[in-house]
Amino acid sequence: MNSGITSIKLVLLGEAAVGKSSIVLRFVSNDFTENKEPTIGAAFLTQRVNIGEQTVKFEIWDTAGQERFASLAPMYYRNAQAALVVYDITKPQSFIKARHWVKELHEQASKGIIIALVGNKVDIVSSGGERKVAREEAEKLAEEEGLLFFETSAKTGENVNEVFLGIGEKIPLGRPDEQSGLQNGGVRITDDQRIDLASTGSGAVAASGCNC
Amino acid sequence: MNDDATDQDPDKTRWIRSCQNTFQTAITCQSKMDQETMDTDFDVIVLGTGLTECILSGLLSVDGKKVLHIDKQDHYGGEAASVTLSQLYEKFKQNPISKEEREAKFGRDRDWNVDLIPKFLMANGELTKILAHTDVTRYVDFKQVSGSYVFKQGKIYKVPANEMEAISSPLMGIFEKRRMKKFLEWISSYQEDELATHQGLDLDKNTMDEVYYKFGLGNSTKEFIGHSMALWTNDDYLQQPARQSFERILLYCQSVARYGKSPYLYPLYGLGELPQGFARLSAIYGGTYMLDNPIDEVLYNEEGQFKGVKTKLGTFNAPLVIADPTYFPEKCKSTGQRVIRAICILNHPVANTNNADSIQIIIPQSQVGRKNDIYIAVVSEAHNVCSKNHYLAIISTIVETDKPHIELESAFKLLGPIEEKFMGIAELFEPKDDGSKDKVYLSRSYDASSHFESMTDDVKDIYFRVTGHPFVLKPRDTNEDQ
Repeated sequence: MNSGITSIKLVLLGEAAVGKSSIVLRFVSNDFTENKEPTIGAAFLTQRVNIGEQTVKFEIWDTAGQERFASLAPMYYRNAQAALVVYDITKPQSFIKARHWVKELHEQASKGIIIALVGNKVDIVSSGGERKVAREEAEKLAEEEGLLFFETSAKTGENVNEVFLGIGEKIPLGRPDEQSGLQNGGVRITDDQRIDLASTGSGAVAASGCNC
Repeated sequence: MNDDATDQDPDKTRWIRSCQNTFQTAITCQSKMDQETMDTDFDVIVLGTGLTECILSGLLSVDGKKVLHIDKQDHYGGEAASVTLSQLYEKFKQNPISKEEREAKFGRDRDWNVDLIPKFLMANGELTKILAHTDVTRYVDFKQVSGSYVFKQGKIYKVPANEMEAISSPLMGIFEKRRMKKFLEWISSYQEDELATHQGLDLDKNTMDEVYYKFGLGNSTKEFIGHSMALWTNDDYLQQPARQSFERILLYCQSVARYGKSPYLYPLYGLGELPQGFARLSAIYGGTYMLDNPIDEVLYNEEGQFKGVKTKLGTFNAPLVIADPTYFPEKCKSTGQRVIRAICILNHPVANTNNADSIQIIIPQSQVGRKNDIYIAVVSEAHNVCSKNHYLAIISTIVETDKPHIELESAFKLLGPIEEKFMGIAELFEPKDDGSKDKVYLSRSYDASSHFESMTDDVKDIYFRVTGHPFVLKPRDTNEDQ
């Protein structure tokens, strides 16, 4: 076990085309170095952030479009420790949807989940476009529901890292062994009984391994 | 796993690269969606989100097929779902108890994920391999099942999982143990192309009974091998060529050897996680998901071939459909078998199991004067399937009489006091045709076996019929493990 690294499952929610994927891409691709042969179908993105002495590893889950016909699986929320609820500050409808996702998270997700409300596309307003969701309105929602709140631009990168740093700072960090008791708090179970299927390749066991 | 180890993690670069592709696709799709109406033409339509269907969706999506996956129900899993206690009461009881009473007795509803069909994964079985191969293991955590037990003359005994346990096990006498050891050595050293290792036996000609005879194994050892290791539910296998039994015993041994305590694995939060995981795989590769969308009409062309489905969300077309039997009852026939399953809630571990948090118990048919074995699968709070201090035991067997609940009596006795019991009988269905004529490819009902091997056979069979080529697990990229 690597001490000092805490894994956090973070889920993305928000109406289509508000920029959920772009925010993550902006956040993650800072670390992008080389082009390797693409393997499509990623399980989730991971990105590491150093917060003080600690390293936080975000496992970022995209909805993969399953929310479109209300078909998001319970698995998606399971053990999520953080969520980004994203809306577009130029689309009031997307803010209504954001309220819906916050409610949904409170019902479905772990109790201690940290939720960041993110108003994206501030670059449109900066370049003369019209803002349709007031900052105050979003701040009010954040205050009522106990959410972190940011306005970002995935396009320019403005405030994007701050969202993840903000979440990282609020996650109760500790040694992994202290966290194993927090099953319902969302930490992946790390006791010795948990099996890592992926770690043992095929053919790991010789036929002579029969002990019966 | 060393994906935490360094920043040059090849896995990670791969993910970033691939996610960029995925996100790019997602972004393009989204903007397309805004401009156009919903997509209506697909390569494959899949109906029902049972495990068989979800694995096929996942595999076909990974192959690059455009998949639309619909379920008439509002949750994933179909018959392979794990449900909450309130859903369980609704499904099985005419007069459900009040919410207050239920919570007082059993705690929070959301802590319960009760399987409707009890099964375990063989640690070295096909499903485990498919999970690892497709990386669906990233979404689901597994634990070992603590032990497998077998019923003999009124008591249960642990099936030995290692040499130490085998030596001290009271299941066999000392001489029989020696013969058993010889038999297992033959199994493990057998190589197809080295005749010397066959010890004169031909797996395709000799029956299993003849194999037993050769090693001089007695009746109770035969029962042990056939039912606790090969996991046959009756004795028909004795007169059949030995190959299938050989393969089953080998699978059992390799599965036990893999993690140590038992050959079985079980997913945290219940078996219902498995269809969800494969559905997610499919979605990541572009599959479209619609729950709670009943089929109003199935459309066929002049040749009687499948053409599409009409639903409240629109009409969708594809040249073929994959579905579970409930979507095309007229195209299915009964296998003649009915399975009775009894879901029991206990507030104590099963006696004489060392307070194990999860076990399988096999009651071989001959021990209780039956034709088919009775299985009991026990899981508990340790698997996030029930609230604290509770245990879930699911008994299942193939119905043999007109009083099926009485057939389970010996199993109920082993469990001790039962807090609540939910019983149901399911008829097993299979497709009448192979789908080549009407392009309707149907899965089989989940059978009475204790594991998923017959289900993965069905997956492979349907995959072959749909694509025209066999499903092969390609070796994993070796870079990943470095």
